[in-house]
Amino acid sequence: MDVNTIAWLILLLPLASAAVILLGTKKSAGISALISTGSVIATLVLSFLLLAQPDTAAAKPLQWLSLGDFEVTIGLKLDSLAQGMMIIVTGIGTLVHVFSLGYMHDDAGKARFFAGLSQFMFSMTGIVLADNFAMMFIFWELVGVSSYILIGHWYDKDSAADAAKKAFLVNRIGDFGFMIGILLVWVLTGSIYFDEIAKAIGGVQNANLLNAAVLLVFCGAVGKSAQLPLHVWLPDAMEGPTPVSALIHAATMVAAGVYMLARVSFLVGAAEMAADTIAIIGGATALLAALMATQQNDIKRVLAYSTLSQLGYMIMAQGLHDGSDAGMFHLYTHAWFKALLFLGSGAVIFACHHEQDIWKMGGLRQKMPITFWTFLIGTAALIAVPGTSGFWSKEAILEAAWHDHNYLVWGLGIAVAFLTPFYMTRLFVVAFLGKPRTKDADHAHEVSPIMWVPLAILAVMAVISAYITGPLEAKGHVAFHMSLTAILSLAGLVVGVLAGWKLYAGCDRDPVNIKLFANKFYLDELYLGIVRLFQDFVGMTFDAVDRYLIEPITVRLPALAAMSSGYVLRLLQVGNLQAYGFLFGLGAVVLIWLIVF
Amino acid sequence: MTLVEFIVFAPLLAVLAILFGSPARATAIVAAVANLAAAGLMTLRFPVEVESKGQVIFASSRNLLASPNLNLAFGLDGISLVLVILTVLVTLAAVWASPAEGRIKGNVKLYYSSSLLIASGALGAFCATDLFFFYAFHELALIPTFLMIGIFGSGENRKRTAWTITIFLGVGSLILLAGLIALLVETGGKSFAFADLYAVGDKIPADAQKNIYLILLIGFGILVSLFPFHSWAPPAYAQAPTPVAMLHAGVLKKFGLYGLIRVAMPLLPEGAAHWQTLLLVLLLGNILILGLVTIAQRRLDTLLGYSSVMHMGYVFLGIASGNTIGLHGAVLLMFAHGISIALLFALAGAVRERMGTLDMDELGGGLAKKAPALGLLFGFAAFASIGLPGFANFAAEVMVFFGSFQPILETKKLGALQWAGILSLWGVVISAVYMLRAYRKIFKGPLTDKDAKAGIADLTLTERAPALLLIVALMAVGFVPGLLLKYLTPTLEAIAMSLKG
Repeated sequence: MDVNTIAWLILLLPLASAAVILLGTKKSAGISALISTGSVIATLVLSFLLLAQPDTAAAKPLQWLSLGDFEVTIGLKLDSLAQGMMIIVTGIGTLVHVFSLGYMHDDAGKARFFAGLSQFMFSMTGIVLADNFAMMFIFWELVGVSSYILIGHWYDKDSAADAAKKAFLVNRIGDFGFMIGILLVWVLTGSIYFDEIAKAIGGVQNANLLNAAVLLVFCGAVGKSAQLPLHVWLPDAMEGPTPVSALIHAATMVAAGVYMLARVSFLVGAAEMAADTIAIIGGATALLAALMATQQNDIKRVLAYSTLSQLGYMIMAQGLHDGSDAGMFHLYTHAWFKALLFLGSGAVIFACHHEQDIWKMGGLRQKMPITFWTFLIGTAALIAVPGTSGFWSKEAILEAAWHDHNYLVWGLGIAVAFLTPFYMTRLFVVAFLGKPRTKDADHAHEVSPIMWVPLAILAVMAVISAYITGPLEAKGHVAFHMSLTAILSLAGLVVGVLAGWKLYAGCDRDPVNIKLFANKFYLDELYLGIVRLFQDFVGMTFDAVDRYLIEPITVRLPALAAMSSGYVLRLLQVGNLQAYGFLFGLGAVVLIWLIVF
Repeated sequence: MTLVEFIVFAPLLAVLAILFGSPARATAIVAAVANLAAAGLMTLRFPVEVESKGQVIFASSRNLLASPNLNLAFGLDGISLVLVILTVLVTLAAVWASPAEGRIKGNVKLYYSSSLLIASGALGAFCATDLFFFYAFHELALIPTFLMIGIFGSGENRKRTAWTITIFLGVGSLILLAGLIALLVETGGKSFAFADLYAVGDKIPADAQKNIYLILLIGFGILVSLFPFHSWAPPAYAQAPTPVAMLHAGVLKKFGLYGLIRVAMPLLPEGAAHWQTLLLVLLLGNILILGLVTIAQRRLDTLLGYSSVMHMGYVFLGIASGNTIGLHGAVLLMFAHGISIALLFALAGAVRERMGTLDMDELGGGLAKKAPALGLLFGFAAFASIGLPGFANFAAEVMVFFGSFQPILETKKLGALQWAGILSLWGVVISAVYMLRAYRKIFKGPLTDKDAKAGIADLTLTERAPALLLIVALMAVGFVPGLLLKYLTPTLEAIAMSLKG
């Protein structure tokens, strides 16, 4: 197969799968699930074939819009960054599809679910392979809608329907900035194509406008990768089925913001002020989300806040000099172990009859040994135990911050290195160790192979992924230097785990109670207030102005004036619209006649 | 008889047939299908390379009066062609949708005849190459619009609403008439033909251009519900019977925009440049102020009415930018918006037929459980209307925004047009808020009032047909915008050139 065929098949197979399910097989859930799973396995194989391509590879573009000089194509960029990302997307995609065959087996909306997954795979692939901003924006919006559909899979639940809407709207706010940013980059460099922008960026004179442009492009990442202040949608997105959380809201889609910044790292590098802001926002998100994670009781929400925190690391890296590669490295390792943790939590939730409160679990070590061990490995990678993949990539980011002399950001990162082991130990101790605290937990038993085999594969990857980076080799590799950073992060690991163990081992309820963290710094409430103000107050004010001021002036006044002239008055007395219409037409003819001739 | 004459008069013939006893619904559908076929044929035969402005295809002319030289003249340029395609698609969907509505109020003949008259009037206005008939056909379409709202409308106030829109659009039409007459006086008044007007149009003095353009902007603006002349639209659409809401909001309202692009801008380029800032301010009123008003709506029908008014702001933004990209965006958005709003009104009509109300609090939630197909199609329509990629609306809006930034590619300094573009982009968030909120409230969440909703049936296959027709059209153009853009380019490039001076 030549490169064009491979690349276009990777993009279009999932779309075909979604279309076939929607238009044909949606009545038979089993077949739909197999079609969707088959398509993702095929794209995984094709993605491996893609690895043979050189870094400069690209597939023949397809024209979408063309108006003179202004041209938007769907062009596929197949460099090593895209190749590596495709392995992540299709690899985890495959495992999540297989896991879902078990997890969603009895779901009434199974066909719809798999169609949604396929649509997501299509959209995500589009972001990864995009060679220009407009195409990236197109697929950016499309993953937004796939996420909306999948979060709202159980749409007859109020919480799920609300969470889906919230996710879409918060992302739209980010995309508002993203689009302005794209327009400004276009104005500054004369192009929307990444390669051409890279060539033209050196000649850009207007530093202020460039900083503004990069910050606005970054807005897109703030939305999609759930950074402060637009992070509020991601925890709510856990209303979606757990495989969705693993694939979309942990491993791939939420990493799209990081990937996008890595894709245009030359742009970020050219805008000093914007880059610093990006690093600080990433660092602040990492810290605040970690604090929030320490007080959550829903197993998926703890993981969601930890995802926010880790995404903060990756975004932070994108704003550092020479940090972009470390950020991509962490994206790669994190994708595996976070997907593992989410699918593991899915297995627990499945076994405990959809119980998600960790205080109602406990004692799962004996009941679910495979889930227990794989979850432990995932936790080890997340809290950066030396030797696991998570250790290497996190070190790379913190070292990059140190070498950039960006000590504020470095400090934020180190603080997170103390918090992550703490809240993960809390989660692990409470959910898996001790005695079962409820009947559901007591009756739990190990999930079927179709669910635990993906867990096992992911557990292997959680350890070794850092050693087999493949096309991402240039982005990061296993390397250790004894340094202040290394000492502090190892100290964080030890202190965090010990503190978590000491506080939570054997507890039946949370001994710590920090309302500020548990209530997520009250940011949701603040935003709700702002939304209320706009939606209800400003909207209704304008509505009243429209109804009682503009309408009377523009409708009633002319009507009154018209009625006071006898000509229309007589028509009104005829009371017949047809007569009016006829006379109106006649009048028009006569009027033109009189005036023109 | 040319294809264009056929397409304009076929609905009128169908009206005659209905008056003489032909079954109303079947006749209307046959006429609409015939028109769709004719439009398809015209599209296939339409040459892509039209040389200069004023050149039209399938031209025909029948002299009605020797002096003054009045001709029933038709012909198509690229813009007309796109609007004709829009009209025939929406017409078919409109006469197909909601068969029950006409039956309930009796007088099925009037119900379908009026719809066909509106279609014929709109087609005549879009195809006329003569100023007199350009104006007269639009008036022809307005009369049945008023009638239908008064007779078949829903709600207590339908008579009052019918009068409001009659007087309001009547005043708008008169202002427009005054502007057109002034235009004729300035061009010598010898001929109504577009071609003759274009030929002498360059010579209109700058002052006269400014004055006349303002009059035309207000006249056309009232017809398009440009802020603050919009108050007639939301109640009218809310109370209009389904096919009228579809045809007026979807098709007939585009007459004002068409007039600005086809008549006002090429003949009065200096006027267009002079009033650009005013237009920018007003269109921001449409997008931001009326966008927020849309959010405040509690009823789906007024919400759709306001949203339709709001989206006109983007078309005006494309017109205000005046360059090739922006104008393409504007015309494509006229098409996309026309289809998507017609689709939304058709589906809202189906909801009203089932539930007896469109008040979102009374509707409760969870309708998608009882009517999954209706829910799915409404979802498509909602996402089309908020400009999701894959639908024509997205392609059009993207072009409008790129068009608003195109003028500063050289200077790289933000001006009024770019700031208007940035502020308008916020409207993309606003429209997502109100559409998803409505979708969530009506279709999602747990099923409320289970007993009351027990008898609710999903859309039948016949009922799905018009919605599918419109969705396929939106997606075809959304995936391949070039399908329509290629016809527009020659005409719009010429207009953009004339605006540059």
